[in-house]
Amino acid sequence: MRYSGIRVIKEALSGHKGWGPLWRDPEPKPHYDFVIIGGGGHGLATAYYLAREFGESRIAVLERGWIGGGNVGRNTTIIRSNYLLDGNEPFYEFSLKLWEGLEQDFNYNAMVSQRGILNLVHTDAQRDAARRRGNAMILNGSDAELLDTEGVRKLYPFLNFDNARFPIKGGLLQRRGGTVRHDAVAWGYARGADQRGVDIIQNCEATGFKIEDGKCLGVETTRGFIGAGKVGVSVAGSSSRVMALAGMRLPMESHVLQAFVSEGLKPVLPGVITYGAGHFYCSQSDKGGLVFGGDIDGYNSYAQRGNLPVIEDVAEGGVSLIPALGRVRLLRAWGGIMDMSMDGSPIIDNTHIEGLSFNGGWCYGGFKATPAAGWCFAHLLKTGQPHETATAYRFDRFRRGYMIDEKGQGAQPNLH
Amino acid sequence: MIINHPLLGARDAQEFTYLGDASLIHRPDWQGEDPSGQFHDYLYLRDNPAGQHRELWFHEVGDRSWLVVTRNTLTHEITNVELARDVARREGRGK
Repeated sequence: MRYSGIRVIKEALSGHKGWGPLWRDPEPKPHYDFVIIGGGGHGLATAYYLAREFGESRIAVLERGWIGGGNVGRNTTIIRSNYLLDGNEPFYEFSLKLWEGLEQDFNYNAMVSQRGILNLVHTDAQRDAARRRGNAMILNGSDAELLDTEGVRKLYPFLNFDNARFPIKGGLLQRRGGTVRHDAVAWGYARGADQRGVDIIQNCEATGFKIEDGKCLGVETTRGFIGAGKVGVSVAGSSSRVMALAGMRLPMESHVLQAFVSEGLKPVLPGVITYGAGHFYCSQSDKGGLVFGGDIDGYNSYAQRGNLPVIEDVAEGGVSLIPALGRVRLLRAWGGIMDMSMDGSPIIDNTHIEGLSFNGGWCYGGFKATPAAGWCFAHLLKTGQPHETATAYRFDRFRRGYMIDEKGQGAQPNLH
Repeated sequence: MIINHPLLGARDAQEFTYLGDASLIHRPDWQGEDPSGQFHDYLYLRDNPAGQHRELWFHEVGDRSWLVVTRNTLTHEITNVELARDVARREGRGK
């Protein structure tokens, strides 16, 4: 079923009886050409692009719970490609371009809204760094604008410009950045994949791999053994747990990141803003709630909930940037589990086990990468070679000394 | 979270900074076999378990001691706290 304006009118006139489920609920078959473990945004996108771009059809996506119940439903919905390093920027720009055409591509309203993302700067050094990053973005075919204080004031007159310690000196604006309805991304990819014959198997947890002579032959699951030509693991947050089943130790720790939503307000915040003096980023959802977040809690966790000190810290950052927030009530807070890699950058690579590939280590930046990560992982699974924008995301970069350390902080996962 | 410091009693976790897995106590021998491989594993690879986790916390705004805290990463429940010095000595480190 294709969605269209005419379809909506037809359904309205016939009592909305024609809408069906968006995807099937199939029983697992004994063997597939490709088995993707993890029915989150990345896993579903991988299956979608394997089917649509690479012409495959015998594909299964295995999900422990229900699709979209993990980090794709827990993030702050921001998309952007404002990275500095060569290993990153072409990849994220590829992703942003895919976001721009995504809804037409999979015929689903994901509410992609390019409302602009503004990274504020508060010192001369930060302005220099922003200018450098903006130039790197432009060199990679992206867009960037450096605003001065007046430029920022025109967009966001209510910010705390004259803070004695952290006055706002300007900001780096990427107008093509913005927000996306995060659940709709999972649903749209699931529907698109299902229409192309992909089996989405929910309530099916991977419990082991069948590995013989260094080759992965399939996945043991709670719903029986499923044979596979190639297995792709895309379970960010639980990567260490799943890859441990294949005997691997990964360069990452799992940490909890909290996010927050305020009560619904009238439109106040037209785009996405990030504070340069504390860790705070904020946008306003179409329902009116301010969606914001900050740092990870900073200790290993699989609990999907955080502690109060970080809530306090984020709220302090928010109020010091937007004093008007002081009267806004916090509605909800929740936590998601992040693969915090050792250099802050992801991994999309084959493993030493033939037929077993891995996508993970996204730290807390995986949502914006969803389309490109799916595309590049599908490319890797199909061809065995990394996609041209993802050649730096290798397992062995730590051994070789080619880390992609966007923040320049070194091998410390709880800093990124 | 409250960390039950062996010398100072119950302290708020905010007074501490977190380093990571307690296996970081055991730095590889630079004169041993395959030191670059050993240091790669030591620096970058982690067990990252879901469940009991022994980890290093530094009492930064307190007595500046290093602690080995045993904590459940699924529930955040802390079951054991020791001075890292005692753990290191017990596990064969000279100092």
